[in-house]
Amino acid sequence: MSRRLSVLLALPLAGFLVLLWFLWRGLGNDPSLLPSALIDRPLPVFKAATLDDPGRIVTPADLKGDIALLNVWATWCPSCRAEHEMLRGLASQGVIIYGVNYKDERDKALDWLHTLGNPYRLNIDDAAGQLGIDLGVYGAPETYLLDARGVIRYRHVGVLDDQVWRENFLPRIRMLKGASG
Amino acid sequence: MNALLRRVRAWVSIPAVPALLKGGLRGMLILVLLMASPLFAAINAYEFKDPAQEQRFRHLIEELRCPKCQNQTIADSNAPLSQDLRQRVYTMLEEGRGDAEIIEFMVARYGDFITYRPPVKPATWLLWFGPFVLLAAVALGVGIWIRRRARQIPPELSAQERERLRLLLTGSGEESK
Repeated sequence: MSRRLSVLLALPLAGFLVLLWFLWRGLGNDPSLLPSALIDRPLPVFKAATLDDPGRIVTPADLKGDIALLNVWATWCPSCRAEHEMLRGLASQGVIIYGVNYKDERDKALDWLHTLGNPYRLNIDDAAGQLGIDLGVYGAPETYLLDARGVIRYRHVGVLDDQVWRENFLPRIRMLKGASG
Repeated sequence: MNALLRRVRAWVSIPAVPALLKGGLRGMLILVLLMASPLFAAINAYEFKDPAQEQRFRHLIEELRCPKCQNQTIADSNAPLSQDLRQRVYTMLEEGRGDAEIIEFMVARYGDFITYRPPVKPATWLLWFGPFVLLAAVALGVGIWIRRRARQIPPELSAQERERLRLLLTGSGEESK
């Protein structure tokens, strides 16, 4: 058997190993976690009322100026309740958190903030879920990391807990701070 | 199972359905026929200015995948998000936007995931062309193998072998002697 032939015969095995590697990697992925299409893009253009005061209209300009979180939440979302304490903790440490009250009822939402505490600097009322569509929201809670210019740097889908904060948010925030300062 | 229940509930909430149920067997038959079309529930709420627009709507919502309930189109799914997305598709059609524009709009927000037709780009080359490359490689391999084998078989029988073959074919007793 010539050497060339044995190389040729090894090709299918090599192909199989490559396939195996991709499949193995795929096993570790959670298919319900989708990457955001808006990473490194500015916030979508919107004009929406705040939750507290339906007469006050906010735009992306109101969310600029500092590194901040944009948290999509609703009272119908149990995971949002699970992360609420975490958000309050972050807010008390000085993290700026903006809220998007997503497909919710205003009264219930206000009641929730009254009873559980309000970690949000500002809450956008997105009862119709239209800002949600523009952000590519597919399930609350979602938490976006915004830089000072209002550009989306990261998105986390699901409960924001201590581990997610330490592993996914803090390093990026440090990087953003390093870049601007 | 929940999804099924929700669908059944959605059916019963359509005003015509309880009446059909009362109509007995014929009603049941019509109901079953209607249920055979999964689009019926989704399409029901919308009014189209012409059949062509309805056709485009049906086509678009079958092309788009629900990001929440994966493996369902937004036509199949009754998740609130799918309802919103269907509504948005409808509104965009009413505004006179093109099909490609609507798909682009969705991809810009939800990523390639939302379309069942992955775009051709370097990251998806393997997906699009891989099978053809594999087929060509296998065809090439088989071709080489066949030619190699053909070369290994001696093209002619020797004189001695020809003689033996003749004896075998004619069945003369020479061989057994």
